[in-house]
Parts: sequence; structure tokens; C-alpha cells
Amino acid sequence: MNDALRILPEIILTLAGVLVMIADALLPKPSSRKSLGWLAVLGALAALAVSFWQYQLPAGTAYYGVVQTDAFSVFFHVLIAGIVLASLLITLDAVTPETEGLGELFALMLFGAVGMMLMSSAVELLLVFVALEISSISTYIMAGFRRKSAKSPESALKYFLLGSFATSFFLYGIALIFGATGTTRISGIADAIASANPSTALLYVGLAMVIVGLGFKVSAAPFHVWTPDVYEGAPSPVVALMSTGPKAAAFAVLLRIAYGALPQLHADWVPILWWLAVISMTIGNLGALRQRNVKRMLAYSSIAHAGYILVAFTALSADGVAAASFYAVSYAAMNVGIFAIVSHAGGYDDHLTLIDDYRGLAWRSPLLGGAMTFFLISLIGIPFTGGFFGKFYVFTAAIHSGMVWLAIIGLINSGIAAFYYLRVVVALYSRSSEAAPELVVARPSIALLLAIFITSAATLILGIAPGNVLDAARAAAQTFTSVGQDAATPPSTSVDAVSTGR
Amino acid sequence: MHLALFIIFAGLCVAGALNLLLQRHPINSALSLIVVMSSLAVLYLLLGAEFLAAAQVIVYSGAIMVLFTFVIMLLNAGKEERTHGSKLAYIAGFPGAAALLGLLTYIFLSHSAAFGHARLGEYLATTGDLSRVLFRDLLLPFEVTSVLILIAILGAVALARREH
Amino acid sequence: MVPIAYYLVLSAVLFSIGVAAFLIKRNIITVFMSIELMLNAVNLAFIAFSRQWSQTTGHLQVNGQIFVFFVMVVAAAEAAVGLAIIIAVFRARNTLNVDQIDLMKL
Repeated sequence: MNDALRILPEIILTLAGVLVMIADALLPKPSSRKSLGWLAVLGALAALAVSFWQYQLPAGTAYYGVVQTDAFSVFFHVLIAGIVLASLLITLDAVTPETEGLGELFALMLFGAVGMMLMSSAVELLLVFVALEISSISTYIMAGFRRKSAKSPESALKYFLLGSFATSFFLYGIALIFGATGTTRISGIADAIASANPSTALLYVGLAMVIVGLGFKVSAAPFHVWTPDVYEGAPSPVVALMSTGPKAAAFAVLLRIAYGALPQLHADWVPILWWLAVISMTIGNLGALRQRNVKRMLAYSSIAHAGYILVAFTALSADGVAAASFYAVSYAAMNVGIFAIVSHAGGYDDHLTLIDDYRGLAWRSPLLGGAMTFFLISLIGIPFTGGFFGKFYVFTAAIHSGMVWLAIIGLINSGIAAFYYLRVVVALYSRSSEAAPELVVARPSIALLLAIFITSAATLILGIAPGNVLDAARAAAQTFTSVGQDAATPPSTSVDAVSTGR
Repeated sequence: MHLALFIIFAGLCVAGALNLLLQRHPINSALSLIVVMSSLAVLYLLLGAEFLAAAQVIVYSGAIMVLFTFVIMLLNAGKEERTHGSKLAYIAGFPGAAALLGLLTYIFLSHSAAFGHARLGEYLATTGDLSRVLFRDLLLPFEVTSVLILIAILGAVALARREH
Repeated sequence: MVPIAYYLVLSAVLFSIGVAAFLIKRNIITVFMSIELMLNAVNLAFIAFSRQWSQTTGHLQVNGQIFVFFVMVVAAAEAAVGLAIIIAVFRARNTLNVDQIDLMKL
């Protein structure tokens, strides 16, 4: 029974998903499935509440050491529950009662969240793999849900093929790490490396392949090619979920593997992640400058933000882990927020696509325009928003660990990013030249207002009073004891032991 | 004996995989893949994984590949057209795959002594051995796959359903 | 008596052929088949490593084999979803050529 408490949010989400499916089958054919969305919202709310409650549990493992709830995994449980809650509300607003497959869509969102949550708490690579597949497969399916457009199945196909390709690299990487250490437990791997002098060549190649696989999932360049196409083709409410939830979970896995299983190899993975961070920031921001389509622009911007989070990774200190976790929260808040507005203005079938289509939105609907401006400002990283503190902690963590160049490259990139975000802001407030028949903004529904309220409140609180979240992120970082020490004295002794002992 | 069996079935695997690459018609590729999978089952048996050898034949060659051939027939897929694929795929892909192969082969062969030799008949993993680990230590991942399968059913139905 | 390294080299060969096929093949179904080939290569590596650790530790280790069992389950789920996506794409575009599925430019 005690074990079940450690996976209670996942159990609740699974039950809610099953209930949605059963209710979907029981409802008479002609009636609308939209009310099922509120059932799903209830499930997500319950999962959120239970995730908060999990902070009361003492840190520990369950089910024979397969899952571990600690400050780190609970932090991500809360984040993912919040993301799913907001995405469900956005979906409720975007769909019409006639939209096909609504019941399935709501159920898939809940099931996908089960996978993401398990990814953050799994400490056995087998469970990481199964959970990763749950989260990936459900997002592949949801990307193809806009059935009226030929773009949607196409984006599902690209996502699926490239995603499975990356998964096989991830798996081969795990196989090599298993071959070197003889175990697939995160802690067991670290112990084996510390004590048994495993073959380092196997470990290096395995690590590189795991980074390729996870780099794809977080859409870090050069593994980002799928991102713009998939975001453009998928329904906007689904993009709100898949641009934040699976990414946060994949970052949690990357943190666990890098800091939990392979801390002794940090001299090898830090340069890899350094380059990934630089390439992601640069390609993301330069790519976004060229885009005229809003969702494609946001896709490139999400590549750049993955780069900022990777900057925090390379900092190799408890502060770095905390900064990465904090950034994941603030990015989730502002990105889900902006997709709430894109999805409402553009609709489920995307009739507004270009930045120019948004001209004059702020005059038509001051609420939506104002909220979108606020999220864009946060994405730029201007003070009093979550984006500012996110970038601030990331770059200070990098500077404190001596990665000054990385911080400078990041700051230059943030400057470039301001251009394309501001271009959208300018469009929002410029007078539309003619009547602009496209820009018919429906009255926001209660669900949308709730979603915007949650995301903008989170962005604002993170920007004004980040203390509580930062403390939670710091507590999460303490889970990785090996990085809890001062960054100036990384566990270098064991690395020497490994390399000389060969 | 072991070496002879290994060489025969490893040769079949590589030949099947290359045939998958070279054939232009998807059904031929699918059949070559079945050859690869069935030969792999024999290799699993040589390594002492008897349950997985059976599962390989039943799940992979049986279920998964039948699904593939079924879809190829359903969509009436014809010969591959010779269109110019992405140049980048050729330029980066071939050397990339070759480099990966070279690197892995080098590592495996240079550590060959540490990996040891496999003898026939040693360390047979029976179904009982597997299930003791599967249903105790790894019970949670096993249960969690039910969510995965539920998603797969849900997704396959939702995507392949015709619009009305 | 066969060195386990030979099995591992075979798995590397199959994996690389899978990668090359993924990049070269132009029919979506065949591209998906090359992913299955890569997964099979991973499975062989897991079983070989599992055997190696049994010999190193002197008693049977089945963790690697269990991993293969799960890879098979996941591959089956992936095949169901992937083929459904392929059918949906075929209905929308009436082609199975990767190069013609290009409504959105990279």
C-alpha cells in the first residue's frame, strides 16, 4: 500500500483516462463529447493535488527500487500535472462539439502524462524506456488528430519515424551501458563505475547514443529537424502539451542519467552538452528569425529554449540542476500560455497561421492581446516575468562554474531572440490594414480564461516572487548528492581511478 | 558446431538485412526482414535465451511482420520510385553509419577477451528464471506496459478510422 | 565456442544497416521496417551482454533478457500505431513516397 502512494498521481491519471474512455463509449452517438474534457480536468486536478501532497512522503523507492519519489521527481510530478491541466483546458476551448475523436484525445493526454510522470520518477532504465515510449507514442498519435488537414497525418508520420529512430539509438546506448556495468539501475550504474572499473569505451559510446536519443526528445539541435513541421501540423492545444510536458520529462531523465548514473563521466558529457547548447541556441534563434508562420517560429524558439536549459546542465553544480528545473517550469508556464492564445485565435483547424494574420489582435481583444504580449515579453526574458529569472539563474550558474563563454553566447542569443518576439508584439498592436476577415476572435470560454489565468499567474509569480519555486528546485537538486558538493571540487578522484584503472 | 551454426545464421542475418536495403519492392523487403528475425531467433537459442527465441518467432516474425505484410497488401504498395532523396541523407548518412559500425566493431573486438566465449548449453535462461524477475523485481514496468498497449489500441483506432 | 564479441559485432552490423536503410529507403513502410531491424540489433546486443554478465558473475543474469522482452512489447505497440499513421497518411496524400510527403518544408 505504501508503495502505491509513490505512484498515486500516475494511478489517478490512469483511472481518469479509463473513465473517460468508458464514458465515451457509453454516451449516445449524437451527443457531444466535450463534457468528457471536464472529467479529464478533474482527474488532472486530483493528480496535481496528490503531487503536491507527495512532498510529505519521505524520499524513498518503491516496487523493488524501480521508482523513487524524492524532491526531484515530485517537483516534476507537480510541473507535469500542471501542464496537463492547462493543456486540457486549452483543448476544451479550442474544440467544437463536432470535433471527431474528442474522447480519445482527452484520454491520450491523460495517459501521456502517466508516461511523463513515470519518466521523472523512474530509477530503472527499463521503466524509463517504457515510460518514454508511453509519452512518445501518445504524442505521435495526438499530432495526427487534426483530421481535416493533410498536414496533420504528415506531421504525425515525421514525428513517429524520427522519434522511433531516436528511440533505437537511446536503446542501443542503454545496451552498451548495461554491457559495461551489468545493471540498468541508475544507482547501480554509478556504483559499478565507481568500484569496478568498467570498460570506458563502451560507456562513452553508450552515453553518446543516449544523448542522441534524448536530444531528439528535447528537440536540441542538431536533432531538431522534426520540430517545426510537427508543431505546424499538429493541433495547437496538443502542441501546448508536447512542447512542454515530454520535454520537461526528457530533461528530468537526462538529469537523472547524467548526474545520477554517470557523474564520474562528467568530463565527457559536459563538452557534448556544451556544444549541443550552443548549436541549439544559435540554430533555434536564427531559424526563428526567418519564420513567418507563428507556430513554426515558436517551434524554433522552443529549440532555443532547450539550448538555454542545456546551458544549466553544463554548469555541473547543484545550482545548475536547480536552474535547469526552474527554467523548465518558467518555460512551461509561458509556452503553454502563448499556445492557449494561438489555439484560441487560430482555432483547432488553424485558420490564422502567419504572424501578419495576428495584426490588430490586441485591438480586437485587449485581453488576448495583452496576455500574448505578456508571454512574449517573458519569452524574451524581460524582468518581472518568469523568463527573466529563468535565464538569470541559468547564466549565473554557468558563470559560477567558469563557463563564461557559454553565458556570453547565451546572452547574445537572447538579444537576437528579442527581435522575432518583438515582431509579433508589433503585429499585435498595429492597425490591421483592411477589415481582416480572418481575424474573427470568438469570445473566450471559461476554460480558456482559466488556462490563461493559471499560466499568466505562474509566469508573473515566477517573475516577482520566485523564492518558493526556487527553493523547491534547490531541494530537487539536492537529490543528486554527488553534485551537492562545491562545483570547484567535482568528483574528479573517481574519474582518475576509472581512467587509470583501465 | 557452435561456430558453424553461428556463421550460418549470422550470414543469413546479414544477407537478409542487405536484401532489405537493396530490394525495391516493399514486400521483398518485408520477407527479407522475416529471414533476419527468424535467424536471430536461432542465435538467441545459441546464447541460451530459449523463451526469447520463441517470443522472437511468435511476436516479431509472427505478429509484427504479418501486420506489415498485411498493410503492404492493403495499401497495394508498388515498387519504390527512384526519386532523389535528400542529398544530406546520402552525404551524412552513409559515412555516419559506416563510422558507427567501425567504432563499435573496434570496441567490441578490442574488448573481446573481457567478453569471454559462449559455450552451447551453459546458462540457459528458462521461462521460470525470467518470470521470477519479471513478476517480482520488475512488476511495475510490466503493469505499466498495459497503459502503453491501451494507448496503442486507442491510437490505432482513432487514426485509422474513416471520417464520416 | 564462439567469442561473445562476434555476436556484438553482428548486432553492430545489423544496426548500421538499419541506419543506412532508414536514410536511403524511399517507401515509408520500408523506412519503418529499417527501424524494426535496428530494434532487433539492439535485442541481440542485450542478449549477448546478458550472457556475458552471466559468465562474468558466474550465475545466471536475466536482466538483459527481460529488457528484450519489453522491447518486443513496445515494438508491437509501435507497429500498430505506426501502421495506423501510415494508413492515415496514405488516405490523405495517396502516396507512400517519403519525398512526396512534403506539404511542409523543412
